Amino acid sequence: MKNALGTVATVLLLGGRSEIGLAITARLVRDGARRVVLAQRDTDTARADTARADTARADTARADTAQGETAQADTAQGDAAGVHTARADVTQAVAALKEAGADEVHTIPFDAADPGGHAAVFRAARERLGDVDVVVAAFGVLGDQAAIERDPRAAARAATVNFTGHVSTGLHAAGLLRAQGHGTLVVLSSVAGVRVRRSNFAYGAAKAGLDAFAHGLADALAGSGARVMVVRPGFVRTRMTEGQPPAPFATTPEQVAGAVAEGLRLDRLTVWVPAPLKVLFAGLRTIPRPLWRRLPR
Amino acid sequence: MEIAQALLTGFGRTAPTRASVARPRSVHEVAELLAAPGARGVIARGLGSSYGDAAQCAGGLVIDCTGLPPFMNLDRKTGLCAAGGGVTLDALMRALLPHGWFVPVTPGTRRVTVGGAVAADVHGKNHHVDGSMGHHVRSLTLVLPGGEVRTVTPDSDPALFWATVGGMGLTGVITEAVVQCVPVETSYVCADTERTRDLDHMLEVMAATDAHHRYSVAWIDLTARGRATGRGVLTRGRHARRDELPRRARKDPLAFAPGRGLRAPGWAPPRLLNRLTVGAFNEAWYRKAPRLRRNEIQGIGAFFHPLDGVRGWNALYGPRGLVQYQFVVPFGAEEALREAVARLSGAGVASFLAVLKRFGPGNPAPMSFPMPGWTLALDLPAGDPRLGRLFAGLDELVAGAGGRVYLAKDSRMPASVLARMYPRLPEWNAARRAADPDGLLVSDLARRLALSGRGTGHEGVLS
Repeated sequence: MKNALGTVATVLLLGGRSEIGLAITARLVRDGARRVVLAQRDTDTARADTARADTARADTARADTAQGETAQADTAQGDAAGVHTARADVTQAVAALKEAGADEVHTIPFDAADPGGHAAVFRAARERLGDVDVVVAAFGVLGDQAAIERDPRAAARAATVNFTGHVSTGLHAAGLLRAQGHGTLVVLSSVAGVRVRRSNFAYGAAKAGLDAFAHGLADALAGSGARVMVVRPGFVRTRMTEGQPPAPFATTPEQVAGAVAEGLRLDRLTVWVPAPLKVLFAGLRTIPRPLWRRLPR
Repeated sequence: MEIAQALLTGFGRTAPTRASVARPRSVHEVAELLAAPGARGVIARGLGSSYGDAAQCAGGLVIDCTGLPPFMNLDRKTGLCAAGGGVTLDALMRALLPHGWFVPVTPGTRRVTVGGAVAADVHGKNHHVDGSMGHHVRSLTLVLPGGEVRTVTPDSDPALFWATVGGMGLTGVITEAVVQCVPVETSYVCADTERTRDLDHMLEVMAATDAHHRYSVAWIDLTARGRATGRGVLTRGRHARRDELPRRARKDPLAFAPGRGLRAPGWAPPRLLNRLTVGAFNEAWYRKAPRLRRNEIQGIGAFFHPLDGVRGWNALYGPRGLVQYQFVVPFGAEEALREAVARLSGAGVASFLAVLKRFGPGNPAPMSFPMPGWTLALDLPAGDPRLGRLFAGLDELVAGAGGRVYLAKDSRMPASVLARMYPRLPEWNAARRAADPDGLLVSDLARRLALSGRGTGHEGVLS
């Protein structure tokens, strides 16, 4: 339950390896959240946890032992998909969240590209958390635009994660929060979807769809006690963007986390990070297309 | 019975949640609702005057008690009054005063129900002499989960009776209370007003002379800093005798017909109440108070419920609402009180007049707030980003001093400090479990503070 000052008690992070997602979760824990579920792709750790529904301390131990295989499996799948995702070390993430003050940190398996499994993810999260105060939907793959343009199948897979996956989790989250009569779904959109650029239009198009979907979902939830907050960061320095030259107004996962915490406190619907991007993009949207398409990034 | 979906908040207008709201017209209908309340639980609601989330139940059922029969039955000889749970103290005062009786305890507003007053074990300006509401309740009628209607007295079932007093509605729906009222000759108060230059001066005057006054409360200015830190105005009073009234009032000494008062606008811009506006108000109010004035005859409304004169004043805090923090620290822990006042005035937050009062002995209720000591209550705009840290620090200070925070005012405390503030929590939990073994009585406050029947806070969700 969010309290009068915007502090929450429980967090479900979808995309448990997303650096931005983890930074947001860590911030919410530092502000007072005590129980966390990290839902992430394809770890033996997570499977073991679901099977045994155990305490977080046990999770940490298992995460240690399973780490080698996990990393391997992920790399294999990442390569196969022709995309590389931002990954944070699970063990470290769990330890960091406990260090920040979490009483319980659980990990459960979650595959964004498998909507059929999403109901089970939310069920598992609810069993561990009780009321879910905040759902952070932070999963996504950036992908290499050039590779994606060569490989339509890889492009479709990335779009499945970046858009279709969010449609499914968004509707599941909405159902859960509506039944609870309270709670916030935080959706990680991007300025890449505000006006789609030549240089990453496949990713940008998925984010544009997600952004529109999330705002529509917010309207659908009006009056239900449940809320949606759409976060539009600019260029965030993470492993996902490693090697890319930073764009103007580049930001960090921690800054995104701070903006999310403030947005929760003030019941914001749309949050730009950093805030001046809102004004910048109002301008960028008016640039004539022939010029826009020639912009370097 | 009509059931509607509604977003509910407390008086602070923060953290809205959605619930199904039913408005039963009889105790029988309350029993029907409690027979099968649904998986998300049920809680009673009166006028929603708790500041926080005590009378809301996200995703569950909220029983609006204001539609219950406005039942009041006064024994004019003994002053024993039976009143329905949904009856307001305002209605009760209007009914009692013409017969020369007054409620034994009144909080700073008449806009509370009898059920709510018992569930929060409210206190008033006479706590140091007369105690809180629970001291004056002779019997309670509750509807329990499952639909059983049970009447309990302190002798017939002390565990359930005292768990209900101050139990925040989590032991059942209070449909009737029998209260011992106090006799009065007039509907007026004979009041003394005195200005104090700083906190130490205030504590000294209160400690030395409170015992001579039935009603006593101080308003202190938390926006004043430096040497003036904690300066304030002390108000004391007693029920006036008929021969003290001005000639005109003597004809009808028990007249009580407070007007509806002004209505605050329903909307205010965010940050209307800020450090500057609040500081200026506090300054003007302090300057306006007499240095010392004795034996002023005031109406009951003006003396006890000055804020009821402006209906909907909470809206002035704007869309983000307000948070109240009220704590008590035992006598001997004055250092903690001074520290709290220093932190609050030092933080530069926009705190309207804070209320300082000395409490007398508590009652046997395990979750009752008052204990012998000093209580301070203050309102702050909820949008202030510094409040989380400020209040967390105050929680530690208060708990460390052996004090506690008042649940009827609370809207933000974490579950982790509750047991330290309320050491008799296990005893209350046992009584609550006996009354509600399935943990069906749930409020947002209960979820937040892990007060649900089975202890850990996880099982708030049953669906």
